[in-house]
Amino acid sequence: MEEKVISREKVVTFIDTLIGKYYVFAPVKKKDFISFDEVKSGNEVYLGYRNSKDSPKRFLFPQSEVMLRYEKGRLIEEGPFDYGKRVIFGIRPCDIKGFSLLNKVFDNHDFRDPYFITKRDSIILIGMGCREPQTTCFCTSLGIDPGSSDGADLFITDIGNKYVFQILTSKGEGIISEYDGFNDAEKADLDMKEKVSEDAKERIRTKVEISGLKEKLDGMFEDPFWSDLHEKCIGCAICTYLCPTCHCFDIEDETVNDKGVRRRNWDSCMFPLFTLHTSGHNPRESGKERMRQRIMHKFNYFVSYWGDTACVGCGRCIINCPVNMDLRKVINNINHG
Amino acid sequence: MEIVERIREEARKALEEKKVELIIGFEEGSLPLRTTPAFIKSIDAVERLIWNATCENNLANYLLRLKIKGKVGIVAKGCDARSIINAIKERQIERDMVFIIGVPCTGMVDRKGIKERFDEAEILEAIEVNGQIKVKGERFEGSFNISDFLYDSCKTCTQKTPSLYDVIVGDEVKEREDVDEFREIREFEKKSPDERWAYFTREIESCIRCYACRNVCPLCYCKECFIDQSRPQWFGRSIDESDRMIFHIIRVFHTAGRCVDCGACERACPMGIDLRKLTKKVEKDVVELYNYKAGIDLETVPPLATYKEDDPQEFIK
Ligand code: SF4
Ligand code: SF4
Ligand code: SF4
Ligand code: SF4
Repeated sequence: MEEKVISREKVVTFIDTLIGKYYVFAPVKKKDFISFDEVKSGNEVYLGYRNSKDSPKRFLFPQSEVMLRYEKGRLIEEGPFDYGKRVIFGIRPCDIKGFSLLNKVFDNHDFRDPYFITKRDSIILIGMGCREPQTTCFCTSLGIDPGSSDGADLFITDIGNKYVFQILTSKGEGIISEYDGFNDAEKADLDMKEKVSEDAKERIRTKVEISGLKEKLDGMFEDPFWSDLHEKCIGCAICTYLCPTCHCFDIEDETVNDKGVRRRNWDSCMFPLFTLHTSGHNPRESGKERMRQRIMHKFNYFVSYWGDTACVGCGRCIINCPVNMDLRKVINNINHG
Repeated sequence: MEIVERIREEARKALEEKKVELIIGFEEGSLPLRTTPAFIKSIDAVERLIWNATCENNLANYLLRLKIKGKVGIVAKGCDARSIINAIKERQIERDMVFIIGVPCTGMVDRKGIKERFDEAEILEAIEVNGQIKVKGERFEGSFNISDFLYDSCKTCTQKTPSLYDVIVGDEVKEREDVDEFREIREFEKKSPDERWAYFTREIESCIRCYACRNVCPLCYCKECFIDQSRPQWFGRSIDESDRMIFHIIRVFHTAGRCVDCGACERACPMGIDLRKLTKKVEKDVVELYNYKAGIDLETVPPLATYKEDDPQEFIK
């Protein structure tokens, strides 16, 4: 593995160099939050962020995407389309893990989703280690280290006056070589990098117990626990839409006169429409069944299918829930109930 | 006796006398500056009830959302009570099926406003003492007068003391008579249609269609929302600008003459969208056209639920 360093000021120029060649998406300040957005200049990038409001999953799995176009019953064009070469700059370790969980769903031995795969293959991921995790971060409980470079092409650690760039793949190597402002990292830089990621890990304040959770949930489908749990939930899609692992969608044709598009749109298990059958019957009739679905899918079904938990501990659902439903508490209550 | 003690006392009594099935109130939240709705069903659980300046949710929503059989007790501040009045007038709940524990409210604290003071630094602890919020972070401390950091909807509120209740657990709060609640809207109306459209478009741009604004709203109780209808399907589910716009425009029309400006929609929105610009504008129109404010009393007939033979509108003759 190779490590390079670059000064704080130069990182802006590095981003500018990339902008000429790729679509660059990076954290920017919007109103009172941070979001990944396309940047036209390195100066727009805000690297002092903790994490973004919405997860960057939409670069692989957009909220709404066109699958094909038709006219008079005939296919005009069909995706996947050319999404361009894209760089995601500054994505957090938890969100990279989120990408790898989506990958299990959209690219596996039974099913390969060309829309997802094309995007994935055209993206270069520049991860960034956390310095100041939020109190709602519990990634370490899910086996994710806030300094982990797993899944990234390049991985940045902010060591104060400089950034250490760790090169992990040939894609990463490729874009480093497009800019000549990097120096080789020295031992002191690497020691500092180690320290920063150790510190970050120590700063994670919340821990939830995931081992044994799946087994516990195995026997809980009919448990009275769910009837109380959902009461305060208003059934919006904040927790699922902002979550880096939620991946449910709905496909529909939008036709005007004889022309139309087929779209894939995000869907949420918290919506009443989610599993409404054409007959009018809904197997998940109330908030109780919907909340159960959300928790079960993440901590039980997903584990059975893919051997991993569909939560990365980013805390977005906790921070943004309008009624302060706290997933950590839910997990604790399941464990100790 | 403190408000919280009195809430607990009334809740306990109501449960003991089996007057209600449960009490909907607030309990300690899991994050600084947050409380969370609580559903108290047993006397032992009454101690969980709390009251402070972060009890921001409009609990009236649950009266309509949860299918509770039997009588429900509810802790209601001014705007929650107005929403309950609305729901009674709209025949969604019966007056004698709800036991209202009214709380004179001094306003709810704008947590986002306080957080903004510290940029990216995180508030780790917040406590309320004598009208002040003291917050602590890792490298900072601060203390704010709650009255300087109220939600916009609380700043212009003129019904802090509930006008409908079964018991009231505090002294009446002096209502402000000097507030000019539509000042911002008048300013906004002065802009050109293009400017207004541009503002609206920019705001809506970040809408993720999570429908939290709709779902926290005590007015949005339709069994099937127009937005969820699939036969016919009125508009697309993508994030196209026009689809998002229509959602917001129709939603706000549906609040006409009904919105009590509790601000719940705006607080719920994860994307910080200025939703009150729309609702407040419609509220202002209703006040000007019909001299009607929603949720003030049980008697006045809502303008959209009646007609007059001398209505100047051609189509109605
Ligand atoms: S964000 Fe909160 S209120 Fe909305 S669906 Fe999720 S748990 Fe329920
Ligand atoms: S469930 Fe919540 S904490 Fe877990 S990954 Fe999703 S948003 Fe993050
Ligand atoms: S959950 Fe972990 S990896 Fe994600 S932002 Fe927080 S500390 Fe960083
Ligand atoms: S709460 Fe905000 S983001 Fe969600 S649908 Fe309403 S306006 Fe859009």
